[in-house]
Amino acid sequence: MISLGRRSVALLAAAALLLGGCASEGGGGGGETGQAASKTIEWWHIQNIEPMLPVWQALADEYQKAHPGVTIKITALENEAYKAKLTTLTQSGSIPDIFNTWGGGVLQQQIDAGLAKDITADIAPWVGTLTPASVQPYQFDGKTYAVPFDVGMVGFWYNKALFAKAGISETPTTWTAFLDTVKKLKAAGITPIALGGKDKWPGHYYWAYLAMRVAGLPALKQAGADATFTAPEFVQAGERLKELVDLDPFQKGFLGAGYGVPDGQAALMGGGKAAMELMGQWAPTVQRDASGTPDGIGEDLAFFPFPAVEGGKGDPSDAFGGGGGFAVGKDAPPEAVDFLKFISNLDNQRKVVATGAFLPIVKGAEDAIKDEKLASVSTELGKAAGFQLYLDQAYPPAVGQQVNDSVAELIAGTLGPKEVTDAITETAQNQ
Amino acid sequence: MSAPKGVSELSPPAGERPGDAAASRAATKEAGTPDRRRRRERRRGWVTITLFLLPALVLFCLLVLAPIVIAAYTSLFKWNGLGGLPTDFVGLDNFVRLFEDKVFLGDLQRGLILIVLSLVIQLPLALAIALLLNQRMRGRALYRVVFFAPYVLSEVITAVLFTMVFSPTRGLANHILSLVGLDNLAATWLADPSLVLYSLFLVMTWKYFGFHMILYLAGRQGIPKELTEAAEIDGASGWKAFWYVTLPLLGPTIRISVFLAVIGAIQLFDLVWVLTEGGPIHGSETMAVTMFQQGFKRYQVGYANAISVVMVLISLVFALGYQRYVLRRDTEGAITVMRDQR
Repeated sequence: MISLGRRSVALLAAAALLLGGCASEGGGGGGETGQAASKTIEWWHIQNIEPMLPVWQALADEYQKAHPGVTIKITALENEAYKAKLTTLTQSGSIPDIFNTWGGGVLQQQIDAGLAKDITADIAPWVGTLTPASVQPYQFDGKTYAVPFDVGMVGFWYNKALFAKAGISETPTTWTAFLDTVKKLKAAGITPIALGGKDKWPGHYYWAYLAMRVAGLPALKQAGADATFTAPEFVQAGERLKELVDLDPFQKGFLGAGYGVPDGQAALMGGGKAAMELMGQWAPTVQRDASGTPDGIGEDLAFFPFPAVEGGKGDPSDAFGGGGGFAVGKDAPPEAVDFLKFISNLDNQRKVVATGAFLPIVKGAEDAIKDEKLASVSTELGKAAGFQLYLDQAYPPAVGQQVNDSVAELIAGTLGPKEVTDAITETAQNQ
Repeated sequence: MSAPKGVSELSPPAGERPGDAAASRAATKEAGTPDRRRRRERRRGWVTITLFLLPALVLFCLLVLAPIVIAAYTSLFKWNGLGGLPTDFVGLDNFVRLFEDKVFLGDLQRGLILIVLSLVIQLPLALAIALLLNQRMRGRALYRVVFFAPYVLSEVITAVLFTMVFSPTRGLANHILSLVGLDNLAATWLADPSLVLYSLFLVMTWKYFGFHMILYLAGRQGIPKELTEAAEIDGASGWKAFWYVTLPLLGPTIRISVFLAVIGAIQLFDLVWVLTEGGPIHGSETMAVTMFQQGFKRYQVGYANAISVVMVLISLVFALGYQRYVLRRDTEGAITVMRDQR
């Protein structure tokens, strides 16, 4: 059960390069039988920069020291490079022993292709130590395929100083109050919301949250299963979003703006030029980096959850977000799962959370969060009754991208609420 | 049959053409030994040619032909690209879907607009500047370098540069407009779905006209001075000399440059991807961008391959048609000489 040897990696790479996805003989993986004593675990992760890169390395070193004969070979890749490289590898029918996943539709396709391993039984003794919301994106039909290492949620990050300037004393808890907030900000000459329209995914958060609030989580799940998004609640979600869009709440030229680039969504927030953005737990970091300021807007930045929608079927505490997990390849040795158990124990989890890179996935590690803003996200997440994975991850990739595309058109004013649900349904039926 | 020795070695081996084989058989009957020696020489030439061609041919087959064949094959499947070769055969379904896909039909339309704009604006501009820079003037070499410089930049750098130039709030473009008092012309260049294609064309022109300019400059310098002088003596004015002497003699260069501009517009990808990702609302999307979206974002690899097959077909039909009907007179010499030698 030795994983890829160097020669077969080279062969695979050559085959993938030359034939562009033609199946290779043997499919790498478990073809070779090595000595039982020495095992290699191929680990592909995307924490290719500080602070997590050295932390993962240190944990791997520690594990190898405790388990002689086990070698952990780490490949750390940048996000987009990882996706491209993994796609090429999987087309040859092979997969690393431990690999990064966001769960949802892509993982589902990897499972269907027989590439990812069902680890339900392997982790059963200790899965109870993890928070349920963090494991949920990797569960299909009661089976678990990955161990989480990060979880978070999307909500409104807002500029307290700008809110005060517009005379707003409380953060809105209902959609009507939210629209009022936007109007007040606009009246005060402040750009209410920063949005990176070029990237599309930040826009889909609005429709997704509204669909959760109006239709509820079970309806979203059912819609995915039935490939039908035409229920009146989804149209209503679009109508609610249209109410917001009609207020013209976004910055000038938002359709061409990116998310994390200079002059993009995060940079506007970090520069104090917009009052709000709907974004995940990573927002403060990106605001700081994209705006080129030492600490963004610093203490003026705070978080409030997405407001409730009057008369909606969804629980107002339901959280929308996602995280990261490590899935296990089909030919991985048992030590791979054991290693995942090792990095997920409370001590190691505290080390990871202390870096500020991730939110805790192990119960009881919350106290290791040093950053106050991240702590507030963690608190909201703890209160959540239900959890919905990003729609562009939860559904098959084509459906997820269609949600992004159609919602972008709704925000741009070229599609109506009904047409959005029709377009998504059409793509879903085509799967 | 009286080709000089050097030429006969370079021309394709006689045995390849049925007519030649018959001719040389007839010749063998008549002439015997000298002809056999010639055939042996030709065979040796054939071996040499094969040996020299083989490495390039193998690479060409593996890197160019095989991917095309595999793409064409997988375009007949509904396939997400995972786990070995596809199994869900759908025939020409992907192609039927393609021609009902509003985005793809829009790609064709936008591609056509870009091609027409390139031919009507970009190439004449390049020609005008090339002729201008052919005049004697101070700092001519510097101007040539400056105009050619954008072509040397990579597409990605160009695109990143122009996202800054076109930034609605801090961008150079709007800043310049406001400095000269044209505030009302300031626009959201890349954020307006109806404007973005023309902003893209502006960037394309900035990036590629220098390349065409260099082609024209080289072509212009290949025109013998005597001809323009003769035209001058005959009393042709500057415009007439251009119209009746320079332009016709630049014909071959212009035809090649048109060819490159059209093929470039059909395959346009990296510039668009970094600049706008095809948006907003598909306003600047090209065929290649749609293909990438479908293949790498939506994991519809079969469908994406159908797009790539259509792209290859469009390029191929254009290239062959263009060579057959337009480039014919330019290549005529090269081909007819060989035909005459038979």
